[in-house]
Amino acid sequence: MVEPIISFKDFGFQYDSQSEPTLKHINLDIFPGEKVLLAGPSGSGKSTLGRCINGLIPQSYPGEITGSATVAGHDIKDSSIFELSFSVGTVLQDPDSQFVGLSVKEDIAFSLENDERSQTEMRAATKKWAERLDLKPLLDHSPQGISGGQKQRVAMAGVLIDESNILLFDEPLASLDPASGKASIELIDHLARQQNLTVVIIEHRLEDVLQRPIDRLVVLKDGEIVGNDKPSAILKDSLMQQLGLREPLYLSALQLAGVKLADCDNIDSVETVAGDNIESALQRWTAGVSLQEPLLPTEPLLTLNNLNFSYNRNQPIIHGLNLTINRGDMLSLVGRNGTGKSTLSNLITGFLKLDGGEMKLNGQDLTQLSVKERADHIGYILQDPNQMISKAMIFDEVAAGLRLRGLTDDEVERRVNDTLKVCGLYEFRHWPISALSFGQKKRVTIAAILVLNPEMIILDEPTAGQDLRHYTEMMNFLETLNREHQVTIMLITHDMHLMLEYTQRAVVLADGGVLMDARPADVLTNEAVIEKAALAKTSLFTLAERYHLPSALDFVAKFVQTEREVRRHE
Amino acid sequence: MNNKNQSSNSIRTVVATGIGAAVIFVLMKFVAIPTGIPNTQFNVAEGFLALLAALYGPVAGGLAVFIGHSLNDFVTYGSPWWTWVITDGLVGVALGLIKNRLNVTGGTVKTMKLVWFNLYQIVVNFVAWVLIAPTGDVLVYHEPAAKVYLQGVTSWIVNSVSVAIIGTILIVLYSRTRAQHGSLKKEK
Amino acid sequence: MNSQLLIGYTARDTFLNRLSGSTKLIGFVALSIIGMVTYDTRFLLGVLLISLILFHFSKIKYHEVAFVLQVIVAFAILNLVMVYVFAPSYGITIYGTHHMILGSPDHYFNLSWEQLFYEFNLLLKYIFAVPLALIFLMTTNPSEFAASLNKIGVSYRISYSVAIALRYIPDVQNDYRTISLAQQARGYEISRKAKLMTRAKGAVQIIMPLILSSLDRIEIISQAMELRRFGHNKKRTWYMAQPFKRNDYLALIIIVLIVLIGIALFKVNGGRFWNPFK
Repeated sequence: MVEPIISFKDFGFQYDSQSEPTLKHINLDIFPGEKVLLAGPSGSGKSTLGRCINGLIPQSYPGEITGSATVAGHDIKDSSIFELSFSVGTVLQDPDSQFVGLSVKEDIAFSLENDERSQTEMRAATKKWAERLDLKPLLDHSPQGISGGQKQRVAMAGVLIDESNILLFDEPLASLDPASGKASIELIDHLARQQNLTVVIIEHRLEDVLQRPIDRLVVLKDGEIVGNDKPSAILKDSLMQQLGLREPLYLSALQLAGVKLADCDNIDSVETVAGDNIESALQRWTAGVSLQEPLLPTEPLLTLNNLNFSYNRNQPIIHGLNLTINRGDMLSLVGRNGTGKSTLSNLITGFLKLDGGEMKLNGQDLTQLSVKERADHIGYILQDPNQMISKAMIFDEVAAGLRLRGLTDDEVERRVNDTLKVCGLYEFRHWPISALSFGQKKRVTIAAILVLNPEMIILDEPTAGQDLRHYTEMMNFLETLNREHQVTIMLITHDMHLMLEYTQRAVVLADGGVLMDARPADVLTNEAVIEKAALAKTSLFTLAERYHLPSALDFVAKFVQTEREVRRHE
Repeated sequence: MNNKNQSSNSIRTVVATGIGAAVIFVLMKFVAIPTGIPNTQFNVAEGFLALLAALYGPVAGGLAVFIGHSLNDFVTYGSPWWTWVITDGLVGVALGLIKNRLNVTGGTVKTMKLVWFNLYQIVVNFVAWVLIAPTGDVLVYHEPAAKVYLQGVTSWIVNSVSVAIIGTILIVLYSRTRAQHGSLKKEK
Repeated sequence: MNSQLLIGYTARDTFLNRLSGSTKLIGFVALSIIGMVTYDTRFLLGVLLISLILFHFSKIKYHEVAFVLQVIVAFAILNLVMVYVFAPSYGITIYGTHHMILGSPDHYFNLSWEQLFYEFNLLLKYIFAVPLALIFLMTTNPSEFAASLNKIGVSYRISYSVAIALRYIPDVQNDYRTISLAQQARGYEISRKAKLMTRAKGAVQIIMPLILSSLDRIEIISQAMELRRFGHNKKRTWYMAQPFKRNDYLALIIIVLIVLIGIALFKVNGGRFWNPFK
């Protein structure tokens, strides 16, 4: 009988700063060499459970523990973060905070420096892990000079160098483009096998993690474990939505076609899912749905003509870019990290100055307008709401832009209240912003821009770091804005689901220009474009191919259309 | 507090010093707010220093501004003007000494405390910029007294005003974001 | 995006690059202290000459430092003018003689060779350390800097604070840029057009998000470092530390000699000033 390496017995935890316990009656054994996915909506306690494994609880976050928990033979109640760090390596969600060294090699060696190892030892160990993680050419690079995926690999090297046998990943996919996310999951899988590691991954994006086999899926809700089994067993119950998690798309499609998941085998991967009647059910369904040509807006709002921009002359970021955004568009801007998605939006808002080209809004030359003047027409919402909020109270934050534009108090009050109603924040108007959740804060920053009545808004990763419920709320809200308030919306995103399900148009950037400008379904079924722009093939496409549907593109488009209709009638 | 928490706190001090220095450097370098008097600017960095020191104490406050100010001198003037850099560090230490009395993390700071804080910072800035810095310049660099004392008085006024306005607003805003919200109700 | 400091390290193949960071740090600090204290013109000129020769060998191009040099010259001129305005006879007081060029010592504004000579010395003091500082900044790998501080006796915790500052300055700089533009888009202003109080408030509103997000960052980075065992032991080693080599010892001996000469000159001159007027 193998002993568990991590074991929670009737474990509970309550932060000193909170009035309710965050974790309740947790019973969980994780065995050496297991690969466990810890999932759950935000607030479910999954991150808290992670902190119990690496010792941040109770060391850095004081609170009351009930029951018992042991990690690699240490009782967490009386072992330090220091002691546990030899057994548990943690890769944090934000790669920029984890990367504390001035260069890649120093960061990899950081824990060895703290252990007072000699330079010879450090060089050898750094070399070894840099080779295994394919970081050798980057050893002298600064953190500013490498991509998010590379930073995450550095973070992995930096904890693997301790040769600890438990690896803990806190939302490893949060800040990566789809291709890097996929590579990351593959690498974790490869390392786990090669080093015989025990791996715990905290993540709510099930489908992406399940691209590689997982031994066990543990689902948390409201501080309790509500599911603890092989992924296939849990997925068969099709309870994902109720548990606040996004069901893998191919499973949603199967159910839409009338396939009972309980009758299927190997359902934890689209590559293996099998069942007697899948093929006929899918064929029947796709034949029965007729595609309607969507009515796309055609009146040009913003015309970009032959744009050029570079930070230094040798490497143009934007090169001869042409794009027309129509009034009423809801489009997603996608592409590899560093292809200039943010640069393009910074050029539109005037944060950066064009080297050459034309930008016209309603026929008016945009380049002649200041940052502030452009903001009256085009609002830009940063990814991190904390980077935009400067007032303590919600009303004041939303009112700031109007007050600074010299409107009367009555006018300000009327417009702020109207905007707060649109954004579903009216009942909170006298609350301090600090009492809001991340998603609500994001909404406040959107409200603070909407109040200026822009014709178009640009949002950078509007749903990053949000669970299914908050994601759906946010996207439904943006859809309403777009449809009922005629706001043109451009989303910069890495989320393929979002692009597929909520936008009508996808603009793919690569090599400084527009690589493809089409329906999202067209983009996500074009393998060349997917490859070039570091996107990820949707599992719907794989499903369609595996079951020989006449047109994968039509199948994906029909799925999206049906989902959208269902959503509209809810 | 037990030993383990002390070790966390000492790491936090190290990080607060480093990040604090980075922020001070960036503020000194890029944020210039003209006061209207030629060649005189609001020292936004001094305002931030007041908050940083109030949160993380004298060691982090003093070292952060010492490092941030030296780095800034290095890249703008080629070499730090040591007497002023050291004086700035002492201001950071002095502002950090009142961490517990000000208690910014414990909720909204009351007006009386703010008045008291401002009297304290005006005295600190007086001692630093009118007494220590110019005296250092006379002793070390042998500059004429009249010149350095005038510079000292100007710095005293500018820095006190910066801390009084920017530092106070920052402290109030920050303490408000940390306020407890027990009794919030939705309003229709 | 521009992630470098305004002037920064680049790898060059010179003996100055190969010296250990500690040697350069000791050299810079020792020479700038002795130069700060002394008013011996010959000594200051000598150190300036040596540092200019070193600057030549460092292969640093003029255009890389042109901007900084302009700021320094402007700063020096402004100070020299101020010194003259506030104390036009200070040179006479110091050197005890008066060789007049214009006016007489009885008038407030006059011009003497003593004053010119004093201000010339002052100018030397403003600029003599600049080539040394530039050499130090541009030939020392920032990664090695923290290790060097630790080596010359600064505690490793403080040394690491400096490393963190250097590591995060580019990030904070980019954040500041983004945040301030996003806030300006909403209408916050710090320009001269606005009233004093509006300007100050505008500035606070613009930097508030930067400050709050930096404070959050402190918490996360502290945890990340603690999870990787920073701060537990009494000492730590450094991947980038450079051991002393023969040239380092040679350089240190020369530095000690220069400092000793400086100190000896105090004895010879009977004080900090070398007085050619007697």
